[in-house]
Amino acid sequence: MKFDSPATTNPIDRLKVVGQPFSRIDGPLKTTGTAPYAYERHDVAPNQAYGYVVGAAIGKGRIAGIDLGKAKAAPGVLAIVTAENAGKLGKGRLNTAKLLGGPEIQHYHQAIAVVVADTFEQARAAAALIRVDYAREQGAFDLASLTDKAKPNPITSGPGDTAVGDFAAAFAAAPVRLDARYSTPDEAHAMMEPHATIAAWQGDKLTLWTSNQMIAWNAAEMATILDVPKENVRLDSPFVGGGFGGKLFPRADALLAALGARAAKRPVKVALQRPLMFNNTTHRPATIQRIRIGATADGKITAIGHESWSGDLVGGKADGAVAQTRLLYAGAHRMTATRLATLDLPEGNAMRAPGEATGMMALEIAMDEMAEKLGMDPVQFRILNDTQVDPEKPERPFSQRQLVECLRNGAERFGWNRRNPQPGRVRDGRWLVGMGAAAAFRNNLLTKSAARVRLDGSGIVTVETDMTDIGTGSYTIIAQTAAEMMGVPLERVKVRLGDSAFPVSAGSGGQWGGNNSTAGVYAACVKLREAIAQKLGFNSTEAEFAEGEVRAGNRRVPLTQAAGEAGIAAEDGIEYGDLAKKYQQSTFGAHFVEVGVDAATAEIRVRRMLAVCAAGRILNPKTARSQVIGAMTMGVGAALMEELVVDKRAGFFVNHDLAGYEVPVHADIPHQEMFFLDETDPMSSPMKAKGVAELGICGVAAAVANAVYNATGVRVRDYPITLDKLLERMPDVG
Amino acid sequence: MKSFSYERARTPAEAAASALRRPDAKFIAGGTNLLDLMKLEIETPAHLVDVNGLALDKIEATPEGGLRIGALLRNTDLAADARVRRDYAVLSRALLAGASGQLRNKATTAGNLLQRTRCPYFYDTNQPCNKRRPGSGCGAIGGFSRQHAVIGASEACIATHPSDMAVAMRALDATVEAVRPDGTQRTIPIADFHRLPGDTPHIETTLQPGELITAVTLPKPVGGAHVYRKVRDRASYAFALVSVAAIVQRDGTGRVALGGVAHKPWRVEAADAELPRGARAVAAQLLANARPTKDNAFKLALAERTIGAALSEAKG
Repeated sequence: MKFDSPATTNPIDRLKVVGQPFSRIDGPLKTTGTAPYAYERHDVAPNQAYGYVVGAAIGKGRIAGIDLGKAKAAPGVLAIVTAENAGKLGKGRLNTAKLLGGPEIQHYHQAIAVVVADTFEQARAAAALIRVDYAREQGAFDLASLTDKAKPNPITSGPGDTAVGDFAAAFAAAPVRLDARYSTPDEAHAMMEPHATIAAWQGDKLTLWTSNQMIAWNAAEMATILDVPKENVRLDSPFVGGGFGGKLFPRADALLAALGARAAKRPVKVALQRPLMFNNTTHRPATIQRIRIGATADGKITAIGHESWSGDLVGGKADGAVAQTRLLYAGAHRMTATRLATLDLPEGNAMRAPGEATGMMALEIAMDEMAEKLGMDPVQFRILNDTQVDPEKPERPFSQRQLVECLRNGAERFGWNRRNPQPGRVRDGRWLVGMGAAAAFRNNLLTKSAARVRLDGSGIVTVETDMTDIGTGSYTIIAQTAAEMMGVPLERVKVRLGDSAFPVSAGSGGQWGGNNSTAGVYAACVKLREAIAQKLGFNSTEAEFAEGEVRAGNRRVPLTQAAGEAGIAAEDGIEYGDLAKKYQQSTFGAHFVEVGVDAATAEIRVRRMLAVCAAGRILNPKTARSQVIGAMTMGVGAALMEELVVDKRAGFFVNHDLAGYEVPVHADIPHQEMFFLDETDPMSSPMKAKGVAELGICGVAAAVANAVYNATGVRVRDYPITLDKLLERMPDVG
Repeated sequence: MKSFSYERARTPAEAAASALRRPDAKFIAGGTNLLDLMKLEIETPAHLVDVNGLALDKIEATPEGGLRIGALLRNTDLAADARVRRDYAVLSRALLAGASGQLRNKATTAGNLLQRTRCPYFYDTNQPCNKRRPGSGCGAIGGFSRQHAVIGASEACIATHPSDMAVAMRALDATVEAVRPDGTQRTIPIADFHRLPGDTPHIETTLQPGELITAVTLPKPVGGAHVYRKVRDRASYAFALVSVAAIVQRDGTGRVALGGVAHKPWRVEAADAELPRGARAVAAQLLANARPTKDNAFKLALAERTIGAALSEAKG
């Protein structure tokens, strides 16, 4: 189905099932431990052996020698695969660094071997017997020292640099100006389920039971790396215990399980050990950002500029921190610039709203600072500078844009008018209390997505698509979509996901999964409805599918009868025309945060948070809310604690486990509220929905930062905002 | 993990004798730290002596009016004991500030005292660490040292002791009871139990080979207001940047010990004497010879401010 004109009324608009707050249909499986994650799929292949991954001990250099002798002779060892004996491996397009390193080492903990043994313990013990001699080389590990050498680079959503009007002149002429530098650290996905794969070969055909967000990408990528035909690789990933962008691409677990299984001539399972996760896989790269804003005395932005520096391995990508600044606020004179430095740290890549998440961390502090310079309320300052068109291309309106409504609604609900604009003035016992706000912004991405739908003789509708559910609720909203389209209750729909044998979907990433995958299911259901109507001799445009029946005029036929013994199936997908070119499609929100800062110790604790989001039709308010409050929690992590600390001598992330890399615990998140504004976006898809998950993280950290400033009067521009950055400037408590 | 042999000891003396016979042996109780370290081959005992069956999990009154806490009493049970909550509240509060409910359910009194540092360079076997591999150097010096010691450290090691419980015990003047391999008993004041790193950071306590902790004894209650303040980046389940155990009497005298600043719970008697003069004076004595790193210099100001907060809390 080609979607190239705005959606009109369709069966989804009935909203009998779609839009309802159903609990996740996979919830009982997860809460009872019966949803098997990749490493637990003991039944899919017999006689599974265990692989243990050895990571490089240096940040950059070469393996001068590797002695496998003792390890090979250790009890239970079946095979040891290294770059030396793995055979020729292709280079995929999705990863920058090789998944199996050696002799060249590109980054710390790059996999250099997998030891396969009968038991996990044997594999682990043998891995410790491998002796490696390294020839270390000097690497580049310090972004701040390399900004001068950084080169222009595009970002995922477009060019790296843009310019409209005469920024320099307008900024120089502006009566009120801000010019500030911000930094965000390297961050880790730190998902609960590590990368894990069971691999089995049957002849030259490979099956990978794995944990992955993007099935079709990765089946193709693995075929390239292993140099086998694409159709010979099957991926199956029905349950994913968190990905956050870290499982968009194949990682060492999948390759090493495949190579280990080939060498051991047995199915092999590999889970990346937790201490390897942080340096072996990808991470969100650190940024240094400079923001300049010029405004008239009454608060109209006349010039806005955003520059960002990040680093990556040769051939890597720049963080897209400037992306939102092209679209969020008005201003006639504008510039953005992206610079990429070469670093020898592990590969930087997508993580939790890549681009906007880091960019909003800086931009939304800058807006708070600018409002203060202007003597304006920061919410009013944002409202004043709203735009309903793409400021770089004013001929492009936003398809829907309710930023102002989100800000106003949120301010009202939160009690923003009780905020004291003078920082450091509100005290509650030992706590200095402050409020902060920020806009939320994330683009809506359209990408084709297909599904197969089958109605059987017992009236069960089965949906198959390689879409993944990474804890987001895909199973549920896909079932809701099919139920709505086919006129059956939710429990009559079965959803099967994550198998590369199924039609290719959008996959999960960039908050594109929900809208696109359900639109694909919509398309397949339209086709199935047509087939059923045709079979029954109904005019398909008149046929109504409701309450388990097909109805047209006076005729009513139960779906069970329509399906017949053999059942009836259809397959289709959604593809997009140029509506996204004509209309800027984005999602909007507003974050409000209240923090307490201990007057003595400067410990920062969030007291309450509130978000209001406008993100098209909300397909399931319960699962969407879960995603947004989860994203808000991640925003608190980014604001207050998440940081991969670089050892700039040895070139690695030091705090590479879940004790050292802190993320919020329950006690850090006492109270969250979130609300969706009514919105349908007919430009986005027949579902009239948009992405929603990553919107929830964009801006949160800045709202926390602004609240900390309001509480203490101490402005911190370098994340995470830890107490040591406040302490010196805290009020004296005697 | 290296393969190891395993035995269940029947008496404390037998456990100690068994450990002495095998210099590569380790006692195992809750295992919350040791098993992690064995998986990473940071600890590589060839023999484990399981002491869980030794019935050392009681808590009882001493003739002196104090409490004798069994070495195997679980942290959860110790924190919840009514006598501890009433008379030694600083200990209960310190315990509850540490780890998580699940860990406290497993972790024991003696195991808590013997837990090893959480220095990330200690945990990464690719990195130099004099504590893990004597003579290999210290990765933390000149590296990431935000969590590390500001006082009592050495050129060989700047690790901290991670325990909260031990900080409270230091403030309470606890004594550690141990049984020697020959079956005789000895007591070690908590002040002398943990060592400073010096040039042997791998030797962390004054226990002799084979010696097994059987109990920790608290003297009779000293009264006063009991405060434990633990400062950390998140609200729970994190090691202390700085912690303060304070016992303050109505007249302003008392005791104070610090956690998160040294290789052992840190208490200086001369600092106790400064308590009536306030946090600044106390901190000046406690941290008189501090040598922080660039990353952790903030701990000096933080310690002073946290002592101040603890004293305010004690005043009520």
